[in-house]
Amino acid sequence: MSPARRLRAYLLRYRRAFAAGCACVVGTAVIGLASPWVLKLAIDDLTRGVTADKIRLYAGAVLVLAAAGGTLRFLMRRIIIGVSRRVEYDLRNDFFAHLQRLDLGYFQRNRTGDLMSRATNDLSAVRMMIGPAIMYSATTAITFVVGIALMLSIDARLTLISLVPLPLISLSVWYFGAVIHRRFERIQEQLSEISAIAQETLSGVRVVRAYGQEASETARFRLANAEYVRRNMGLIHVQALFFPVMGLLMGIGALLVLWLGSREVVAGRLTVGELVAFNSYLMMLAWPMIAFGWVTNLLQRGMASWKRMLDVLDTPPAIVDAPVPRPLRPVDIRGHVEFRHLTFAHGDRVVLRDITAVLPAGTTTAIVGTTGSGKSTLLNLLPRLYDPPPGTVFVDGVDVREIPLHVLRGAIGFVPQEPFLFGSSIEENVAFGGRGGDWRQPVEAAAAIARLDKDVDAFPKGYDTVVGERGITLSGGQKQRTALARAIVIDPKILILDDALSAVDTYTEEEILGRLRNVMRQRTCLIVSHRVSTVRHADLILVLSDGRIVERGTHDELVAAHGVYAGLHRKQLLEEELAAS
Amino acid sequence: MHDDEIIGRAYDGRLMRRLLTYLSPYRGQVGFAVTAIVGHSALELAPPYLTKIVIDEYIPAGDLSGIGTIAALFLLTVLGAFALEYLQTSAMQAIGQRIMFDLRMQIHGQLQRLDVRFYDRNPVGRLMTRVTSDVDALNELFTAGVVAVFGDAFTLVGIMAVLAWMDWRLALVAFSVLPLIAVITEWFRANVRDSYRQVRMWMARINAFLHERITGMATVHLFRREERDLASFDDINRRHRDANIRSIFYYAVFYPAVELVSALASALIIWVGGGWVMDDRLTLGSLVAFLMYAQRFFRPISDMSEKFNVLQGAMASSERIFALIDTPVEIASIPGAVRGAPGVIAFEHVTFAYIAGEPVLKDVSFRVMPGERIAIVGATGAGKTTIVNLLLRFYDVQDGRITIDGTDIREMDLADLRSLFGLVLQDVHLFSGTVAGNIRLGNDAISDDAVASAVKAVHADTFIDRLPQGLETAVVERGATLSVGQKQLLSFARALAFNRPVLILDEATSSVDTGTELLIRDALRVIMAERTTIAIAHRLSTIQGMDRILVFHKGQLRESGTHQALLVERGIYHRLYQLQFQAAAAGVAPVG
Repeated sequence: MSPARRLRAYLLRYRRAFAAGCACVVGTAVIGLASPWVLKLAIDDLTRGVTADKIRLYAGAVLVLAAAGGTLRFLMRRIIIGVSRRVEYDLRNDFFAHLQRLDLGYFQRNRTGDLMSRATNDLSAVRMMIGPAIMYSATTAITFVVGIALMLSIDARLTLISLVPLPLISLSVWYFGAVIHRRFERIQEQLSEISAIAQETLSGVRVVRAYGQEASETARFRLANAEYVRRNMGLIHVQALFFPVMGLLMGIGALLVLWLGSREVVAGRLTVGELVAFNSYLMMLAWPMIAFGWVTNLLQRGMASWKRMLDVLDTPPAIVDAPVPRPLRPVDIRGHVEFRHLTFAHGDRVVLRDITAVLPAGTTTAIVGTTGSGKSTLLNLLPRLYDPPPGTVFVDGVDVREIPLHVLRGAIGFVPQEPFLFGSSIEENVAFGGRGGDWRQPVEAAAAIARLDKDVDAFPKGYDTVVGERGITLSGGQKQRTALARAIVIDPKILILDDALSAVDTYTEEEILGRLRNVMRQRTCLIVSHRVSTVRHADLILVLSDGRIVERGTHDELVAAHGVYAGLHRKQLLEEELAAS
Repeated sequence: MHDDEIIGRAYDGRLMRRLLTYLSPYRGQVGFAVTAIVGHSALELAPPYLTKIVIDEYIPAGDLSGIGTIAALFLLTVLGAFALEYLQTSAMQAIGQRIMFDLRMQIHGQLQRLDVRFYDRNPVGRLMTRVTSDVDALNELFTAGVVAVFGDAFTLVGIMAVLAWMDWRLALVAFSVLPLIAVITEWFRANVRDSYRQVRMWMARINAFLHERITGMATVHLFRREERDLASFDDINRRHRDANIRSIFYYAVFYPAVELVSALASALIIWVGGGWVMDDRLTLGSLVAFLMYAQRFFRPISDMSEKFNVLQGAMASSERIFALIDTPVEIASIPGAVRGAPGVIAFEHVTFAYIAGEPVLKDVSFRVMPGERIAIVGATGAGKTTIVNLLLRFYDVQDGRITIDGTDIREMDLADLRSLFGLVLQDVHLFSGTVAGNIRLGNDAISDDAVASAVKAVHADTFIDRLPQGLETAVVERGATLSVGQKQLLSFARALAFNRPVLILDEATSSVDTGTELLIRDALRVIMAERTTIAIAHRLSTIQGMDRILVFHKGQLRESGTHQALLVERGIYHRLYQLQFQAAAAGVAPVG
C-alpha cells in the first residue's frame, strides 16, 4: 500500500468529522468573500446618495456576515485541527506499540535519538500535514476560485494585470521554504555537534578539572558555537528576505490596482465601490498565495516524515511467537535447559560455535571465559533477546522458538551486567515484572535476598525513594542489587546472572550468593562471572573461549584437568604464595 | 516537579530586565533595528491615506497625472518598506545570534566552574538542554519579540493618531470597540497560558517516557511489560491530546472573536461615517481610508497573541538558565591564594559527608611523604574514592583540613593545586578527537615526542601501532572500539605525559585478559617511578609494590603498614585480603 493510502486509513476513522470540517471550510471562504461585495454596494450607494436605512442595512450585513463566518471558522479550526490531534494520538500509540515488538538487535542498530526524533519531530510534521496543511489548502483553493471569479466580474483587464505578482508570491514562498529548510538542516547538524561536545565535557568533568583543561574545553566549545552562529547567519540572510519580499509583491499588486483602477474610474468604466472591493479581494487572495507556498512545503516535509515513520512501522518484528506455539502455561515450565549444536553469528561474526550442554532443572551452571568469548550472547539467546537458530536451544525439551514468548520470558529472571533501572521508585523498579496489585511483601523479601534491604532502610523514603533517570542516585552496586531483586521477585524457574554482581564487593557478593543458594535450589541457574570464588560451587562449569566450550566439569574436575580453568585457579594460588613470601 | 516542567509566567519584569542587559553590548545595532521597524510601520500607514487622496481629489477631478504621482509615491513607500523591513529583520536576527553565542559561552563557562557536587544532582542530559534548546527558545524572544513589539506599538499608536487627525469624532466611534478587544484578549491570555502549560508538560512526559522505554527496551521485553507500558503510554498520550484539543478551543474562539470585533468597527464606520458622508461632513475617501485603517488596526493585536506563546516559552527557559548561572560556585580560589608546591600531603582530622548526617569519612588523619607510595584499601563504601575527591578539591572537607607542606589546600590557588596531580580514574573518559589528542588533552605544551614516548613507556604502542593512523587515529564515540584494558593504558599515557609530581590512581576493578594485565602491571611500575603515589588499589601486585597500605573501614582509617606487617596483624586487612585477593573461603566472619 502506498504511503499516502496508509495515512488515509488513519484519516478515514474520522471521515464524518472531516467531511463536516470541509463543509465549514467552504462556508468560511464563501462568506469571507461576501463582505467586500457589501462594501462595494455601500460605497457605490454612497456616491449616488442613499437613505440612512440602507446604510444601516449594509452595516448590519457586515456584522451578520462576520458572525456567521466567525462561527464557521471556529468550527473549522476545532474540527480539522482536532482531527489532526486525534490522528497524531493514534499514530503515536501505534508507533510505540510497534517499537515494543521490535527485537533488541534493532535497538542496537538504531540510535535512540533517531527513534525519538521519528516519534516526535516527524510525527509533528505529519500532523501539520493532515491538520493545518489540509485546512489551508482547502481554504486557498476555494478563495482562489471564487475570488478570481468575483474580480473578473468587476473588471477582467484589471484582474489579469493585478494578478501578475500573485504566482510570484507562491513561487517565492515555495522557493524560500525549500532553501530555508536546507539551511536549517545544516544548522541542526551543527547543533548536535554542540550537544556532543557539551555532553563529553560535562560527563568527563573530573578529568577536565583534574588536568586543568577548562580553558581548552571552552575553546573547543567556542569553535563549535561560532560555527553554529555562522550557519545561522547563512539562514538569516534568506529568512530576513522572506516577509519583505511578500510585502513587496503584495504592495506592487495593490499599487497596480490603485493606479490602473483609478484611471478606469476616471474613464467611467469602474465605480469607486468596485475599486475598493477589488482592492480587498486582492488582499484576500494574497494570503492564500502565501499559504499555498507554505502548504507545499508542509506537504513535502510531512510526506518525507511519514516515510521515515513507515521505515520503523514497516520493520517486521524479528522475534515473535511461532505461528502455532506450543500450548504451554508459565506453570508448566520446569527449567530443564539444553543447548544442541548451537552456532550463532552477529552478522558475519560468528560468536558461538557448536555449543552443546544439558542443564538439568534445579542445577547451577557457571560460565567463565575472557571478554568477547560469547558468554553474554549465550545467555541472551535463552530468553530470545536474540533469536537462536531453530533446533538449538531448548527448555524442557521444547525449542524456545516454539514456546510462547510471554511464557518463556515469564519463566526467566534475568540480571544483566549493566542493569537498566527506570526513573521511578525502588519498589516500582523491583516489582517491574509484577502484574499490578500490592507487591510490598514480595519486594521486601527479594530485597533481603539481594542484600538491598539495608541500603533501602537507610534511604529517608525507603522503598518509595525515586532512583532518578536510569537510577542515577544509586551506586553501581546498589543498581545491580536492585536488578537482582527485580529478577528474584517474579519467582522465575530459570535465573540468569550475567556478571551481575561485578560492582558489588566480594564480601557482599559472598553473602548474596549464600542467600541465593536457598532460593536457587528449585531453580535452574546460569551464572557468568570473572571471579573463581563465585563459580566454584556450581554443579557444572563451562569454560568458553572464542565461542567454543573448551572445558566442562565441576570445579574439582577442572582443576584436576590442568586446562584453562586450572590455569585461572593456579594464578590465584600463585598470588597466594607470593603473598606468603 | 521536574525542572523541565517549569513553564513560568508569560511576563516577568525581573527576568525581562535581566534579559535586556544582554542587548546592551549591541545597543547601536538595536537602536538601528528599532529605528528601521518604526520607519517601516510609518510607511505602512501611507497606502490608505494615498487611496483617500486619489478618491477625494484626483478621481473627481479626472487628474490622471495626479494619480500617476500618487502611484509613484505608493511605489516609493512599498520599496522603502521592503528595504526597512529587510534591514530590521536581518539586523535583529544577527543580534539574536550574537546574544545566543554569548549566552551559550556564559552557560558553558559556568558549567566549567560549578562544583562537582552539582553534577551529582543534575544529569548531564538535562544540563545539555540548557545549552541547546533553552537558549534557542530565548532566541525567539529576541528576534521575534522584543523589537517587533516596538513596531506593533507604533502601528497601533500611528493608526490612532492618523484617524484622530482625519476625523476625531469618527475615530472615537471606531475606538469604541476597544474595550471588547481588551476583554477578549484577557480571556484568551488567561486560558491559553494554562492550556499551553498543560500541553508542554504532557509533551515533556511523553518524551521522557519514550526515551526511557527505548533505551530500556530489553528490560521491558525480559519482564513482559509491553502491555502495561502501552497502557501507561496511552494514558500520557491521551492527556497530551486532550490538552491540545482544549487549547485549540481557545484559539478557535479568539481569532474569529477578534475578527468579529473588527467587523463591528467596520459596521460602525459604515453606519455612522456613511451617514456623515451623505451629510457631507465626511469625504468618501476618508471613509474608505477609515475602513482600511480599521482592518490594519486589528492585525497587530492578533499577532501579539501569537507571540504570547513565544514569550511564555522564553520566560520559562530564561528562568532555568538564570537558575543555572546563579548557582553559587563554592569551590574556587580565594583572593590572595598562595601558589601550590609539592610536599608533604597531610589529612588532619578530616570529616566529610555527601549527604548531611551520613558521614563517609570520620576524623581521618594521615600523612604522605614526597616520593612515598601509598595504597588505600577497603570494602565498597569505605570512603576510598572520597579521599581522592577531597584531595583534588572536587569537594571541600567539612571538618578538619588537608594540607600540603603545612598550607591548607583551600588557601592554595585551585589550578596550582590540581596541577600537582596526575589522575587515573576507574572508568577512562575519552574525548572525540585523535588518540594523541586524548593523551595531551588540550595542552599544546606537550610535544608530539612527549606523547610518543609516554605511549611507549606504558606499552600503549602495542595496540596504537596497529590502529590505521596510529596516534592520529580518530577516537569514535567515547572509545567504543577500544577495549577496557586499552583505555586504561591510554589513561596511563595521559598521566605520564602530563608529568605531575603526585600520581592518583583509582584502579579499575574490571578484569582484563592476562596479556593486557601484564602490560598494565608493567606500565604501572613505570608511571609510579619517582612519583608520590596514592592508589586505590584492587590488584595484589599493585598493593605489594607499595611503601604503605592504609586500610579504611566504614569511613575510618583503621590500619596502616606494609603488606607483610598488616598480614601479620591479622586484622581487617587480613580478612579483606582473604576475601578480595584469595579465592574466598566460605564461612568467613563478617568484616568489622
